[in-house]
Amino acid sequence: MASTQGPGRARPHAPWSSAAWRDTAFTASGVPLHFAGWAILGVPWWGLMPVNATPILLLVAATALPVLLLARPATRAHRERAWAMLGLDVPPLPEWPDGPFRSPLRALRTAEMWRELRYHLLVGPLLACGALLVLACWTAGLLLSTVVLYAWALPDGSTLSLGTHAVRTALLCALGVLLLAAAPLLASAVRALDVAAVTTLLAPDRAKELERRVEDLAEKRAEVVDAADLERRRIERDLHDGAQQRLVSLALNLGLARETLTGVPDDAMKVIVEAHEEAKEALTELRTLIRGLHPAVLEDRGLDAALSGVAARVPVPVRLRVEVPERASSTVEAVAYFVVSEALTNVVKHARATSVEVAVLREGATLRVVVGDDGVGGADPARGTGLTGLARRVRSVDGTFRVTSPAGGPTTLTVELPCAL
Amino acid sequence: MRVVIAEDSVLLRAGLIKLLESTGFEVAAAVGEADGLLAAVAEHRPELAVVDVRMPPGYTDEGVRAALVIRREHPEVAVLLLSQYVEERYAADLLSAHTSGVGYLLKDRVADVSAFLDALRRVAAGGTALDPEVVSQLLLRRHNDPLGRLTPREREVLGLMAEGRSNAGIAAALVVSESAVAKHINNIFTKLDLPHAEGDHRRVLAVLRFLDGET
Repeated sequence: MASTQGPGRARPHAPWSSAAWRDTAFTASGVPLHFAGWAILGVPWWGLMPVNATPILLLVAATALPVLLLARPATRAHRERAWAMLGLDVPPLPEWPDGPFRSPLRALRTAEMWRELRYHLLVGPLLACGALLVLACWTAGLLLSTVVLYAWALPDGSTLSLGTHAVRTALLCALGVLLLAAAPLLASAVRALDVAAVTTLLAPDRAKELERRVEDLAEKRAEVVDAADLERRRIERDLHDGAQQRLVSLALNLGLARETLTGVPDDAMKVIVEAHEEAKEALTELRTLIRGLHPAVLEDRGLDAALSGVAARVPVPVRLRVEVPERASSTVEAVAYFVVSEALTNVVKHARATSVEVAVLREGATLRVVVGDDGVGGADPARGTGLTGLARRVRSVDGTFRVTSPAGGPTTLTVELPCAL
Repeated sequence: MRVVIAEDSVLLRAGLIKLLESTGFEVAAAVGEADGLLAAVAEHRPELAVVDVRMPPGYTDEGVRAALVIRREHPEVAVLLLSQYVEERYAADLLSAHTSGVGYLLKDRVADVSAFLDALRRVAAGGTALDPEVVSQLLLRRHNDPLGRLTPREREVLGLMAEGRSNAGIAAALVVSESAVAKHINNIFTKLDLPHAEGDHRRVLAVLRFLDGET
């Protein structure tokens, strides 16, 4: 409802429109709260009127403390007011960590508390004055615009009677109509000011809020990345314990049949031999697949050990240099492993290279992975799905990814990963 | 020949038992984890232990560690490690302590029944059986490069030697005569400055020491 009309903007409304009444009600509803702060601070002086320094200080302290204590509930009340009457959702301020009784003085050290006090003690009373002005506008407008009825009822000769003072009465009536027209405008303006004050002074600081949000999101993303990594390991374990063992067993039985069965017709033996060969091929494929997911040796012995296994399986000669004196987090290691094994797969598939250099170096808090080949080049991350997947996986841990691959080669892939998430 | 099997997959354990028993081995015990393996070896004193690398409780390299213990405490028991993946680093662990009576093969190799049984017998007899994948990983790590002086054929021969094959085995694999193999081997040892050694076993040792040396 109100959000579509933009509660923070002042705009003219007809006096009989619901918006005019809403604005008036909203501004008026703030008045008691707006004056409450100064009432607490001021009223005791009325009755006590201390003259010496000590009682004055005591009274200051005794009145200031409730104001501090009530600042946060008052803020909540204003938020509720904005939500109930304007549909404006003001985000809540962070809770005091130590509860309401120990915190007020500590809260004085926070920027939030000072902004709240600024609202409750300075801006609020001014807004309340504005609200009173709005109410006065309505009242005076109503009274004056109806003065003509009153004058009509008066006998001739009295100060306002229609017959003798028609011009004066007409002027007053016109003034009343003008005030009635002005009241919604004023109400709208006060409402807009109040909304602006509430959103800037009673809502959390935007920059800080964003900072918190970024931290929160970074944490969540790290969790998601870790979870994905864990999932990969689970799948690897499942395949290893399940399908792979079954396939080995199958291949073993077929191998036994092939070697020990005698007197089998030739065509039956041919089928056995074919099945045996296929089972062995399936095993090799499954092994490559599983090793690409997450090799156990990576966890166990680190990147150097795991990568030498990958490099040895590549049909192109690979020079591998791994200098990682201190191991990176397991998720980052998994990404580095994936980068190298995917990059090598790409080289084999597309590059027509005669040699590949792989270097994995730890430089301070970054892990630098460089894969260079002397192939035909022309690799484009925008097209190849392999490179896209690589870039995505690297970005998931805040790494950077660069490919230089002019047509004709050579191709160099450089990836930098933060060692800890 | 008496054998102890350690393999956590029930299916594969049954398959191995069937394979070994149907080809004249005697399976003294078959267990599912490393502690059970050590106990079984101590109890049965087999000639050979066939050990899965990845076993409970950690599912990482329990088998490698158990193999090292067996080789240390029962030097007369040969150990053949089986694994879904072979890792040069595990092989290095194994070989840095012993190069006789040890083997390290991909599980897939059990499917090639006669070659697998061949490897079993070789290891049980005090020889070596290294998976070709391990050997290629080891070769990769030696990149600067007395290996560069070898001809492609000599590199092939070196790889087969590292797997633990005999001259006859190498000759059969490459389809050449044994004397040609002997000539290649001579060249290799000269080019790599290795001491000439008699017998398959010490020859493997020299080759592996060379491959496992610093790069």
